[in-house]
Amino acid sequence: MKARITVTLKTGILDPQGKAIEGALRSLGVEGVASVRQGKVFDIEIEGSDRAQAEALLKQAADRLLANTVIENYHVQVLG
Amino acid sequence: MKAAVLVFPGINRERDMARTLKLTSGHEPAMVWHADSELPAGTDLVVIPGGFSYGDYLRCGAIAARSPIMDAVRSFAGKGGLVLGVCNGFQILCEAGLLPGVLMRNENLRFICRDVYLRVERSDTPFTRGYNAGQVIRVPVAHGEGNYIADGETIARLEGEGRVVFRYSSPDGMIDPNWNHNGAINAIAGILNERGNVLGMMPHPENHVEPAIGVTDGRGLFAGLTEALGRAA
Repeated sequence: MKARITVTLKTGILDPQGKAIEGALRSLGVEGVASVRQGKVFDIEIEGSDRAQAEALLKQAADRLLANTVIENYHVQVLG
Repeated sequence: MKAAVLVFPGINRERDMARTLKLTSGHEPAMVWHADSELPAGTDLVVIPGGFSYGDYLRCGAIAARSPIMDAVRSFAGKGGLVLGVCNGFQILCEAGLLPGVLMRNENLRFICRDVYLRVERSDTPFTRGYNAGQVIRVPVAHGEGNYIADGETIARLEGEGRVVFRYSSPDGMIDPNWNHNGAINAIAGILNERGNVLGMMPHPENHVEPAIGVTDGRGLFAGLTEALGRAA
């Protein structure tokens, strides 16, 4: 099974990298960008086919390592 | 002093740290590999040095914080053992949950490698007893992610409990955004855990201990630790 975990910064946490990218887009003339926040995507392959089990495993992976929940939120998707 | 210096893949300041510990305490520290699950018997100080453990992959210190030796460090700290984390060591302590908060990218997005001034906020800790409260010391920094932040409640607690022990300052001890090179909240450069036995700091006091370097302001930290541990023994 394929799965994806998306990790994003919590609202209110300063994101200097996102700000720099935002500035670069403006200077490239890409119009209409209000703001940019940078995050991370993890594509994960899971053994077995039990969806509930996969979700539990992914949540554990995110809580224990992939996200620092002090500053980051995460979103788990089992893509099937 | 029976110090243990932790070594992770990608750490590169462990020899500076070992040299300083030997020089200031007279005792050679043990170098302890991250995959070990126990600290040497009789260890009274754990030092997590600076560098780039696991190439700063995922987040600075994130992978090192989950290595086997860190369970031993957690239990050592739980019994009141002294733990010092410098630079990547500070990041590892935060990721391991031994200290609150997180070290974000420097505000200006640059890796900053130069001397800074620190105001020592307290002298009544095992780490700072070699200094006077309010004293300003000059020590180097070398980091891209040193911008300390935590949620408002945590910052209020740190401040209220006097757990901010080092702050970036001007040479005469003024807290000023111009002297806060990485943008850390409240110019925080070093903090203690609740119990006061775990210190994390971004600057490198271990690099300013020898007269040949020209500045010996880091010496007070190690001399103080040696004295504190000598007294306890």
